[in-house]
Amino acid sequence: MSDHITLQIARYRPEQESEPTFNEYEVPYTKESAVLDGLNYVKDRLDGTLVYRWSCRMGICGSCGMSVNGEPKLTCATFLADYAPGPVRVEPLRNFPIIRDLIVDIGDFMRKLVRVKPWIVREVDKPLSEGEYRQTPEQLDEYKQFSMCINCMLCYSACPIYGLDPKFIGPAAIALAQRYNLDNRDEGAGDRMEVLSEYDGIWGCTFVGECTKVCPKHVDPAGAIQRYKLTAALESMKSFFAPRGA
Amino acid sequence: MTPSYDVVLVGGGGAGLRAAIAIAETNPRLTIALVSKVYPMRSHTVSAEGGAAGVIAPDDSIEEHIYDTISGGDWLCDQDAVEAFVREAPQELLRLEHWGCPWSREPDGRVAVRPFGGMKKMRTWFAADKTGFHMLHTLFQTSLKYGSVTRYDEWFVTRLLVDDGRVQGVVAIDLKSGRVEAITAKAVILCTGGCGKVFPFTTNAAIKTGDGMALAYRAGAPLKDMEFVQYHPTGLPLTGILITEAARAEGGYLLNKDGYRYLQDYNLGTPQPHPVFRSMELGPRDRLSQAFVKELEKGRTIETPYGHVVHLDLRHLGEKEINAKIPFVRELCTKYQNLDPVRDLIPVRPVIHYMMGGVHTDMEGATPLPGLYAAGEVACVSINGANRLGSNSLAECLVFGARAGRAAAEYASRAPAVNPRVIAQKTDEHRRLEQELFSRKGRERIATLRDEMQKTMEESAGIYREASSIRTGIEQLQRLQERYADIVIEDHSRTFNTERVAALELSFMLDIAQAMLASALAREESRGAHQRTDCPTRDDQRFLAHALVSRNADGSCRLEYRPVTITRWPPAERVYGEGAPHVRSHHAADRPVSSGARV
Repeated sequence: MSDHITLQIARYRPEQESEPTFNEYEVPYTKESAVLDGLNYVKDRLDGTLVYRWSCRMGICGSCGMSVNGEPKLTCATFLADYAPGPVRVEPLRNFPIIRDLIVDIGDFMRKLVRVKPWIVREVDKPLSEGEYRQTPEQLDEYKQFSMCINCMLCYSACPIYGLDPKFIGPAAIALAQRYNLDNRDEGAGDRMEVLSEYDGIWGCTFVGECTKVCPKHVDPAGAIQRYKLTAALESMKSFFAPRGA
Repeated sequence: MTPSYDVVLVGGGGAGLRAAIAIAETNPRLTIALVSKVYPMRSHTVSAEGGAAGVIAPDDSIEEHIYDTISGGDWLCDQDAVEAFVREAPQELLRLEHWGCPWSREPDGRVAVRPFGGMKKMRTWFAADKTGFHMLHTLFQTSLKYGSVTRYDEWFVTRLLVDDGRVQGVVAIDLKSGRVEAITAKAVILCTGGCGKVFPFTTNAAIKTGDGMALAYRAGAPLKDMEFVQYHPTGLPLTGILITEAARAEGGYLLNKDGYRYLQDYNLGTPQPHPVFRSMELGPRDRLSQAFVKELEKGRTIETPYGHVVHLDLRHLGEKEINAKIPFVRELCTKYQNLDPVRDLIPVRPVIHYMMGGVHTDMEGATPLPGLYAAGEVACVSINGANRLGSNSLAECLVFGARAGRAAAEYASRAPAVNPRVIAQKTDEHRRLEQELFSRKGRERIATLRDEMQKTMEESAGIYREASSIRTGIEQLQRLQERYADIVIEDHSRTFNTERVAALELSFMLDIAQAMLASALAREESRGAHQRTDCPTRDDQRFLAHALVSRNADGSCRLEYRPVTITRWPPAERVYGEGAPHVRSHHAADRPVSSGARV
């Protein structure tokens, strides 16, 4: 026998209403049921008009981020039993424009991601015939944590700075810039500095640390930001003595 | 104004992104549209765990990887294609290294490799046990460098534009606005992946609905070897979440209810404390999944609320090794099965994982329809034959994504301009979508039909099949097709209408399911993953051949066969365990790409 729990789901249909409202649905659950399973129950059996994103349901594709009882969560890795007896409030991720129901517009992040050049930058790429770039396990560990970002947007949703100033480049983009800056195969840190040192780059962060708390993959964007601030400060001091490129 | 490109890519996973980069690098002047129903970094490549195969170790050889792949595929692989694949895989994996993929390393900084099922040597490159995730993000982030790629994120392709027998673009719905648009191109490459969602219990993500297979099939391209469906032996019983083969490659045991390593009873070798290549837990996936069914029949599996299971035992590996080599396995078990593999046995059972079949292509990814290419799981080249070896598919995405990209670039550079009259087909398609999806006042729920289709497929085309159950399945699918005409769509919004997408996906899946069962019925033999209880032996006289299924105008299908390409490896018995053959390399050219001793 399964128990039931009430989902209070934010609905927003831009063709019909000017702001979100809530619908309530009762769904069955067991101790293994994820919040996403509840949404799928609604969609399949109760109300085909509810819309949300999901795909892998194993916490790796990054599609199903939503606000659950006010906290940004991957709904495939958040369990209804933890909210018993309910109700459970499911809303779109905060700090983003809502497209419809639980689907938000992440176009702003996608544009910011390109700006930090999240790829290996090198003066000269060595030919494939010379084999791999050596990278010891210790060198891999330098950046590995920041390479675990699944772009789920929970950190942007939790970030109070991004909430106030959408020009802030934001936690995941900075963490991914650091992922490449700290990779011994990369030579692009100088290029990325120009983007990250802008006023809406790393200096926007006041180290609230919410991004790190909500990250489902333990990426620690706040740590990336603080570490980068130090690097950037040192670089800007150096630039008093030697212009960049010298 | 209809957007127009040199090449349109449908799908932005491993194969699609690799193809996009190949086109951009082949000819920077070519314009590329990358159309995907999800943001590319959400693509299902992200879920691949264990690794990607490519000969690099000093004691390995091209010859051995070829032999493992051909014998693993029960001799249904085209050997020229396998040879090209094996030769190019190491270069492709190395290229990904140069693009920043965080491959796991040896202490001296070289790329590390691990064993994998059915492979005679260590040749599986890995990034812990999130290999697909890291490959996908590396490819996606690298693709952002190329200005010639225009992305259509969250656009759902509903049909191919075909004029005068030549594919010249697609019609797609922009999900955000609901607009239906034509995107024309001189060449189209399908990279949409597989179709695990035609079955109820699968490792596949929700998006794996065979869209590209159905688009090609409806446009007149044949599907090949669709009866070969891979069950991965180790899925978590409740969710179908994959527990990677790497867990066994690192030393995990499969145990029945008596704690007995039962694979020794199925001609897969004798148990050793440490993993042995091509033996026991490192046997091929088809044989391991079949052994599970036999154990079930003998009453030696464990009954749970989520069905019968066996146990995967990793406890002897220890916490440190598990955290270092397979941390995602631990994370998934903890989160989704409420257990810790450091201390607990993991319940597992076979789960639908991969389609060996797909859109028929040649070695350049070209389909018989001019202008249409396919690469990755959506395609059947064929390098996987009747059973794919673990870690060949990620490498396949790279090798054949790149090949298809180069071939399509070459074709687009010399193809005549798109005929403007194809754009009129958008109007037809728009009308069809309006009529079929918005004017519907039917009674059948999409989810109900989908559940019934999935149940039908499991019952008629599972690990073991027979003519009578397949025939029943074909009849049931026919009725589901009829009921599909009476579906209800409650959602009339144009904005991000996922119910409309689900209806179109269901329609795609019903077509593919039909092709699978038709092929399964006609193949009266047992080979690899296709096991017929009523025809239990391999029949090389009649069926050393690829099945090609094409769609007739009335929706029915017709089958034909074409020979398998055999070059240097004549059909033989598949042997695993102690009798596994040792293949020596004969060719000086078969040197691995990297030399030097490995720890």
